[in-house]
Amino acid sequence: MRGLQARAGTPKGTLTIRRGRFSARTSVRSVTTIAVISAGVVALMVWATTLGSYAISPAELWGLVEGTAPQRVHTVVVEWRLPRIVAAVVFGIALGISGAVFQSLTRNPLGSPDIIGFASGAYTGVVVTLLLGATGYAARGAGALIGGLLTALAVYLLAFRRGIQGFRLIIIGIALSAFLDGINTWFTAKVDVDLALHAAVWGAGSLGAVNWTSVGIGSAVLAVLLVAAPEAQRRMRRLELGDDAAAALGVPVEPTKLALILIGVAATALVTAAAGPIAFIALAAPQIARRLTGQGASVDLAGSAAVGAALLLGADLIALHAVPGVPLPTGAVTICIGGGYLVWLLVRESRRERSTA
Amino acid sequence: MSRLSAEGLTAGYDDRTVLSGLDLQIPDGELTVIVGPNACGKSTLLRSMARLLQPASGRIVLDGQDIRRWPTKEVARRVGLLPQSSVAPEGITVADLVARGRYPHQSLLSGWSTEDERAVNEAMTATDITSLAARHVDELSGGQRQRVWIAMVLAQQTPLILLDEPTTFLDIAHQLEVLDLVAALRSEGRTVVAVLHEINMAARYATHLIAMRSGAVVAQGPPADILTEGLVHEVFGVRARIIPDPDTGHPVVLPRSPTPGAP
Repeated sequence: MRGLQARAGTPKGTLTIRRGRFSARTSVRSVTTIAVISAGVVALMVWATTLGSYAISPAELWGLVEGTAPQRVHTVVVEWRLPRIVAAVVFGIALGISGAVFQSLTRNPLGSPDIIGFASGAYTGVVVTLLLGATGYAARGAGALIGGLLTALAVYLLAFRRGIQGFRLIIIGIALSAFLDGINTWFTAKVDVDLALHAAVWGAGSLGAVNWTSVGIGSAVLAVLLVAAPEAQRRMRRLELGDDAAAALGVPVEPTKLALILIGVAATALVTAAAGPIAFIALAAPQIARRLTGQGASVDLAGSAAVGAALLLGADLIALHAVPGVPLPTGAVTICIGGGYLVWLLVRESRRERSTA
Repeated sequence: MSRLSAEGLTAGYDDRTVLSGLDLQIPDGELTVIVGPNACGKSTLLRSMARLLQPASGRIVLDGQDIRRWPTKEVARRVGLLPQSSVAPEGITVADLVARGRYPHQSLLSGWSTEDERAVNEAMTATDITSLAARHVDELSGGQRQRVWIAMVLAQQTPLILLDEPTTFLDIAHQLEVLDLVAALRSEGRTVVAVLHEINMAARYATHLIAMRSGAVVAQGPPADILTEGLVHEVFGVRARIIPDPDTGHPVVLPRSPTPGAP
């Protein structure tokens, strides 16, 4: 910062970082918000390890860090509780990113991975897996993955006409999803009750079945996506100006859109394969982040990721502990809190707009 | 001399050919205005010249080389385009939108250099929008908004600037405001090409006029030399009288309705 001289291109609250050849610009509010949310998520993670029918005291937790804790504490915290806690954070980040990518791509605040039909396709994939007689956790994950990816591919190809347009993507995604949802409903109504229940339980979405293996695979996929995220963000910002404007700025439009769709689908897929469909985080996280970080214009990957992690972890804690002894499906809770919070934000925002108008 | 030209350019959409075998040179340092009836290929030509549209055959030559052989970002450092359909993301500020024009000069590590900052400030000064920097683009008037978009293209710092109908949907005062700015860009040494609908604005601001019809160039040159009653009829199919502007001497086209007795 050099002095108090007002610089037109640098509005108040801007944070400019320049070190040698590196330079970047962001807003103070955005950085602060993301830091606060991240700190909150870490605190929540620590607290979550102490919650449950087997109480863990802070002293025991500290003993675990020092390596002096008894085996039972290690088992409860590291083997039972931590995989689910880490999964909530990893999957929350993935869903936040996925939602942000699709909302930017479709220039629509209601954009979500669902528009490419992934969720419906994954459900159909699970249905097919069950019909083939496989009821195991891994088989279900694989079925979901194949069904979801095939559907996403079909939607992309059907929507492609001299390039991908957000609107056509949404329409074709809705059409194909409706078609698959019909098949899924028909399956639930027609087949054996046990199988239908299997599918329904999966369809509710839960972090109950995750273990270190599935969290590890999910984290590895997410790590790859995070490497691509900064460049994706740069290009998303230009694509938001319209295809022609982005192309004139030197963005290769169609390859970029395809890459963004791949990132969005991969982020959803890593969650769905392990935990089933977790609704609403992808839809709500970018919009909540946008309002919290004051990034009026654009959805922001870092903010969406942080909010996604906070939402999913919070939702899962509620799912586990709200009704003692009765774990609720995580997916059901995310809809309640994510939706409630978003409605509250929107109402507050429209009130403020009315009072300033 | 011409840094940007079309050679045997055939281009269109799907199986509809809009331009066939077009040869054209954009003169350096001039304000070239392209006029012609709807669907005559003006925008197709402009989009081809910015490499937004792949020619079916022929080529666009930029600085002595087929434009497709330049790296994407290199084209964006030489040719700037304000497309007809630009969308400002909801809630974006003026300064933020202008800054997005810096993309071809930035990289993952160099996201906001002092050079970027200077270019954005200069672009905002040149378009007189510095005082609007913190305002939201959606709350500006049509003329202000168009100046912001032009500032974004200016921040790109290209010697060649293409503008696709920059005055459409603007009232007369805002049209003058935007075209004065466009003329100023040219007098600072840039080569500017604009597609305009309004023939009298074209005649007044262009230093080089290109009249197109059905995908072909009918005439080109200084407006005072080429703009005749015969040309207006040939290009637009309209009878017209042409008189000199009493103040500036620029040609003024007075169209005559084909319906007898019409005003």
